[in-house]
Amino acid sequence: MTPARLLPEGRQVWRVGGTSLVISPRLVTITVVLLVVGAALGVAAMAIGTLRLSFAEVVAAVVDTSGNAQHDRVVRGLRLPRVITALSAGAALGISGAIFQSVSRNALGSPDVIGFTTGAATGAIVQIIVFQAEALQVSLGAVAGGLLTAIVVYILSRRGGVTGGYRLILIGIGVSAVLGAVNGLLLVTGDLNQVYTASLWLSGSLDARTWTHALPVAVGVLVLAPLVLPLARRASLIEMGDDIAQQLGVRVERTRVLLMLAAVALAGLATGAAGPIAFVALAAPQLVVRLTGWRRMPVVSAAAMGGCLLILADTVTRLLPITAAVPIGRVTGIVGGLYLIWMLTRAKQV
Amino acid sequence: MTSPPALEAARLTLAYESRQVAHDLDVSIPDGAVTVILGPNACGKSTLLRALARLLRPKTGQVLLHGQDVQRLAPKELARRLGLLPQSSVAPAGITVADLVGRGRFPHQRMLQQWSHEDEEAVARALAATGVAELADRAVEELSGGQRQRVWIALILAQETPVLLLDEPTTYLDISHQLEVLELCRQLNRDQGRTVVLVLHDLNQAARYADHLVVLHDGAVAATGAPETVLTEQLLHDVFRLEARVVTDPVFGTPLVIPIAARNTAAA
Repeated sequence: MTPARLLPEGRQVWRVGGTSLVISPRLVTITVVLLVVGAALGVAAMAIGTLRLSFAEVVAAVVDTSGNAQHDRVVRGLRLPRVITALSAGAALGISGAIFQSVSRNALGSPDVIGFTTGAATGAIVQIIVFQAEALQVSLGAVAGGLLTAIVVYILSRRGGVTGGYRLILIGIGVSAVLGAVNGLLLVTGDLNQVYTASLWLSGSLDARTWTHALPVAVGVLVLAPLVLPLARRASLIEMGDDIAQQLGVRVERTRVLLMLAAVALAGLATGAAGPIAFVALAAPQLVVRLTGWRRMPVVSAAAMGGCLLILADTVTRLLPITAAVPIGRVTGIVGGLYLIWMLTRAKQV
Repeated sequence: MTSPPALEAARLTLAYESRQVAHDLDVSIPDGAVTVILGPNACGKSTLLRALARLLRPKTGQVLLHGQDVQRLAPKELARRLGLLPQSSVAPAGITVADLVGRGRFPHQRMLQQWSHEDEEAVARALAATGVAELADRAVEELSGGQRQRVWIALILAQETPVLLLDEPTTYLDISHQLEVLELCRQLNRDQGRTVVLVLHDLNQAARYADHLVVLHDGAVAATGAPETVLTEQLLHDVFRLEARVVTDPVFGTPLVIPIAARNTAAA
């Protein structure tokens, strides 16, 4: 038997001395392509608008060699924060979805399905309507709301020191329904101006994003992704069942809690920055798994795919021949709903 | 027993949440032998196995693996010395046989040592021992029940632990596949000197393949020892509520249980 046969198709081992790494060239290629596409879409998104710029002008303005004060102001003050917000929020949602799908062992287990996005929205609406808060507090409110919802769902779905699986999803859906009603209630009790701000926020938007929106989620992704990455192997073992993973030497519940904390923080940061965005967390991990054939929780590739999806959705939305600004959250909501129906109708088991 | 036991559980109290499964349980698993754990449904067989493998923390008491408290071993260290095949595990969608079996090498790997030559050899040996080498590239979900069970056993074998615990490895298999699995377990013991612990339901298979029997009843050890001394008509009556005759198997010379009737009275 040739040793290479024991590795799944398309995987290679890189060995140097005592070090050995298993690499999927296809995964690496697709991730690099997605990163390049994301960057290109970002540049394209910064070129369009009332002031049309060439790619070269955008790049020059970003790296501070343009010498054109107007270009600098438009690109670095207005368009770059929006693009960074879109890419980072998309990446955060991609990782968050990958984690929750792995933990719940179900393709439906994404943060928007199991209530964390709704909880984050509740936190944000409370900030807007009750405290008339500014962007940063709204973001913090969203993170806190998402975290609180996650803690409630975690405690309710925990039995015998063990979480995961169907219970997590079903309880998440239940909690989400309650919070959805609370959100509706908050909207009818508030002052008209705040209600308008809140419902605009609820539609999910990348309009008028500033660095206050962009930085928290960007830093969150840069800090949390490297922390999640080494846990991906363990997460994949846990997908086979708690007992088999634990007998292989994985600290199951500890790994799961760490992963979920990271996922909730990422989903909360993304929601705080862009409002509730559907579909990205659900679809990005599934799409990369299908593209790469890598049977393991995707992290960097899911992040790259999430960023691409969101910036693409935003750019397409802006190019639509409609005079009114269409909120991105609504667009992803419609696409996501259709995707969900398609997935449910063709799934052998859900 | 001449050599010290492989596993020794002392004064175990086992419970899930508030439901107590066993109290003050003492069990000893001989080293280098095939031990079969028997008992009626819900007597605590799987719970005991989970406690032995540290999947369940006992409320009181301790489990010693070759004299060392399992609670004190690092998770991966324990996973290199003791393997447990749980009753139900899920093969990830689309995973191949070799990929799944390779996951058994996790306790031997580190972040920068993901696939050594030893990993490769161990997986090759595990695939060969379970007769699934020619299925290496196939998707696990395409396999028959018997093949799938052998793949899971291969995963535990690739772990290369001197002690193996298997929870009902013959469930859902037809009779010839059941015998295949049991023969494999005996081979692992006879050829490689591994300590094998099986939870089984079939009394006659237990009698034939066990060197040592542990019979559990209501969370306590009802009897333990060689099959010939343990499997008596009185024990079958008391523990399994079974009216039965025990004769000598004409082929193997081991005890052969002939069930006559279930005793449904609560008198037992």
